[in-house]
Amino acid sequence: MAKTTQPAKPEELSKIDYTPPATDWLETPVEFKPGTYCHGSRIKYLEEVGFPNPREWAPSDEDWKLPANWKDIILEGMKERLGKYRSFQLFMDICVRCGACADKCHFYIGSGDPKNMPVLRAELMRSVYRKYFTTGGKLFGKQAGARELTEAVLKEWWYYFYQCTECRRCSVFCPYGIDQAEITMMGRELLNLVGGQTDWIGGPVANCYKKGNHLGLEPHAITSNIDYLLDDIEEISGIRPEPSFNRKGAEILFVAPSGDLFGDPGTYTAMGYLMLFHEIGLDYTWSTYASEGGNFGFFTSMEMAKRLNYKIYAEAKRLGVKWIIGGECGHMWRVLNQYMDTWNGPADFMVEPVSPITGTKFENAKGTKMVHITEFTADLIKNGKLKLDPSRNDHLNVTFHDSCNTARGMGIFEEPRYIIKNVCNNFHEMPEDTIREKTFCCGSGSGLNAGENMELRMRGGFPKASAVKSVQKKYGVNMLANICAIDRAVLPPLMQYWVPGVSVCGTHELLANALVMTGEKKRTQDLRLEDLPGIEEEGEGEEEENV
Amino acid sequence: MNLNDLLLEKRSAILQKWFDLIIETYPEETAKFLKSQKNQFSNPVGHTILEGIEEIFNEVLGEPDPEKVAIYLDSIIRIRAIQEFSPSKALSFLFLLKKVIRAEVINETPEYHMLEELSVIESRIDDLVNISFDIYMQCREKIYELKANEVKNWTYRLLKKTNMVKEYKAEC
Repeated sequence: MAKTTQPAKPEELSKIDYTPPATDWLETPVEFKPGTYCHGSRIKYLEEVGFPNPREWAPSDEDWKLPANWKDIILEGMKERLGKYRSFQLFMDICVRCGACADKCHFYIGSGDPKNMPVLRAELMRSVYRKYFTTGGKLFGKQAGARELTEAVLKEWWYYFYQCTECRRCSVFCPYGIDQAEITMMGRELLNLVGGQTDWIGGPVANCYKKGNHLGLEPHAITSNIDYLLDDIEEISGIRPEPSFNRKGAEILFVAPSGDLFGDPGTYTAMGYLMLFHEIGLDYTWSTYASEGGNFGFFTSMEMAKRLNYKIYAEAKRLGVKWIIGGECGHMWRVLNQYMDTWNGPADFMVEPVSPITGTKFENAKGTKMVHITEFTADLIKNGKLKLDPSRNDHLNVTFHDSCNTARGMGIFEEPRYIIKNVCNNFHEMPEDTIREKTFCCGSGSGLNAGENMELRMRGGFPKASAVKSVQKKYGVNMLANICAIDRAVLPPLMQYWVPGVSVCGTHELLANALVMTGEKKRTQDLRLEDLPGIEEEGEGEEEENV
Repeated sequence: MNLNDLLLEKRSAILQKWFDLIIETYPEETAKFLKSQKNQFSNPVGHTILEGIEEIFNEVLGEPDPEKVAIYLDSIIRIRAIQEFSPSKALSFLFLLKKVIRAEVINETPEYHMLEELSVIESRIDDLVNISFDIYMQCREKIYELKANEVKNWTYRLLKKTNMVKEYKAEC
C-alpha cells in the first residue's frame, strides 16, 4: 500500500502565526512601518532656526547620521534638564508603576502597542536615566531597570515620543500627578539636540520664525485672504466688515491661529470672528506680524517656543494696544496661559482686560493680558449684547469636543458650551468619560497632524471617534464643534474614516450663523454658503409663480 | 440534534473562545486589557470586537443578510486595517471562528450529517471572508484618499485664489 502524506494544516501552509512574539519590551526593537511616523526634517528648516545636525535623513534609515559624540550630547542634555526642571527630576524618580495611567492613553487604546502605555513610554527614558544618573542603576544595570543608551534606544525614543500628543489625559489619573506630556517634551528636546526633528514640525517652526505664522503667509497673503472671507460674509449677510491691520492705537490686538485663515473649516471660524467683532463695533486690529497664536516651537524645545512667542507682546507694545484677545486654538492657549508671562512678560505696558461692551473685568487674565475669545463671547451673551437666532442652526445636531489643551491646560469647559447652547437648539454631550478633563485627544496634536502618519492618527483618534459615534447613533449628531485649529484640521478626516456623516466646526462659526447683524439681508445661506433648509430667498417663490 | 442547535447551545462558550483567540493576536499586556476592561469608551477595541462577533456568529447560524453582516465585519476590520497587522492577519479573525467551531464539533463525536452541515457553515464563513476582502480594501483606500486630501485641503484656498482650481456648480 502506498504511503500517504498528511496534508499540511492551514496554518503551516500560509505560515500565519496568529499570536505576536512574546519578547520583553527591552528586547523588542522599533520597526518603522509606513503610516506610523512622520518624515525627518529637511535641512533648510533646521538651518533657518539654528537647530543642530541638519542633514538628509529618513527615520527608517539604518544610519541616522548622528554626530560622533551624540551620546554625550544626549546625556549632557539630560543632566542639564534634570537640574533645570524639578518636575523632570521628580517624574524620573517617583513612578511606582501602579498602572493607573496604562490604559488611559488614546494611542495605547487605539493601537494596542504596549509601549504606548504612558508608564512604559516614560520607562523608555527612565531606564536610561537610571543607568547614568542613579547609583542603583549604575551598579545593578538591567536588574534595577537600567539600560545603556544606544542608537536603537534613541530610535525607540523618537518613535514613541512622536506617538504622544502631549494631551495629558494620563496625568489626570496618575495618583502622583506625573505628567507624561512633560516627559515627552523633554524627550523631544533631547532628540532635537542631535537633529531628531520631524518635517511637519520643522516647517511651521521655520515659517513662524521668518514670517510670524506656521503657514509662512506674508502680510499681503494674510490681508488678501481675509478679503476673500469678507467676500463670502458679504454674500451671506449683505454686510462687509472692515477689519484693520497693524493699526496703532487700537484698543485690542486679535491673534488667531493661522490655520483659521486658510484651511476649511477653520476659515468659517475666522468669518465668525470677523462678523462678531463688526457687529459689536470692537476697536481692534489684526496683525500681519503677530499672525500666529499657535506655537510649533513648543513641540521642539522651550527655548524655541519662547522665541516664537516673543512676537505677541512685542507687537502689542508696538501697536500700543490695551490688551489682547486670542482666537480658538488648543496648544496656543496652553502656551499663552501657562508660559508666556514667564517667558516674555511681564506685560506691564498693557492693562487688565475689560470688555468695552459689557464692562466685565477679566481678572483671570490680569497677568497675561490675554483673553480667550470664548470667555469674551460668552460674556457678551450673558449680558444680552447679541441678538441671536438659534433656529438658523436647526439643521445641525451638535456635540462638543473638549480640546486637550484648553480643557486640561486651562479648565475652559463652560464657556464654549454656553455659547453653543445659546446659538443652537440641538446640543448633546458625549459620554462623561470622554469629555471635559477626561476628554480623549483628537490623536493628531503636538505636531502629529501630518499626512504621512495617517494610520497612526486614525489609531490615536479612535477612542474619541467612538464617543462621537455613540452620540451619532443615539441622537443623530451631525456636527462636532470644538475650539482648536488643529481639531478643525484633523477631525474631518478622522470622522470620514470612523464616523461618516459628522462634520466639524469652530464655535464661532455656529455663533455667526445665529448672529442677527444690524442691517443684514435675509439669511438664506450658512457660513459655508450652503442653503439653510426651509428658507427661500426673497422673491424666489413669487418668480416661480410667474413662470 | 443538528449542528445549528448544537452551536446555539454552545453559543456563549464558542463566542468566548473566539473572542479570546482574536484578542490573543494582540501583545500579551494588551490582551489582558482588552479582555478585562468592560467600559465601552475606555476599551472601544475590545467592545467593538465583542459586539461584532456576536452579530457575525448569529448571521453564520441563520440565513446571512450580506448588508447586515457587512456592518459588523466593517466595525472590526476598520480597526484592524489601521493597526499593526498585515492584511492576512487583519482578516485572520474569521478563520479563527472555523477553528473554534471545528474543535467544538469534534469534541461531540459528530454524526455524518453534522459534518455535512459543518461544510455549509464553513462555506458561509468563506463568504464572509470574501466580503471582508472588499471591506479591508475599502478601508485602506480610504486611508490613501485621506492622505491625498490632506495635501489638497491645505492648499485649496490658495489654488482657488490663483484660479488654479474652479468650483463648478451643477447646472440645472
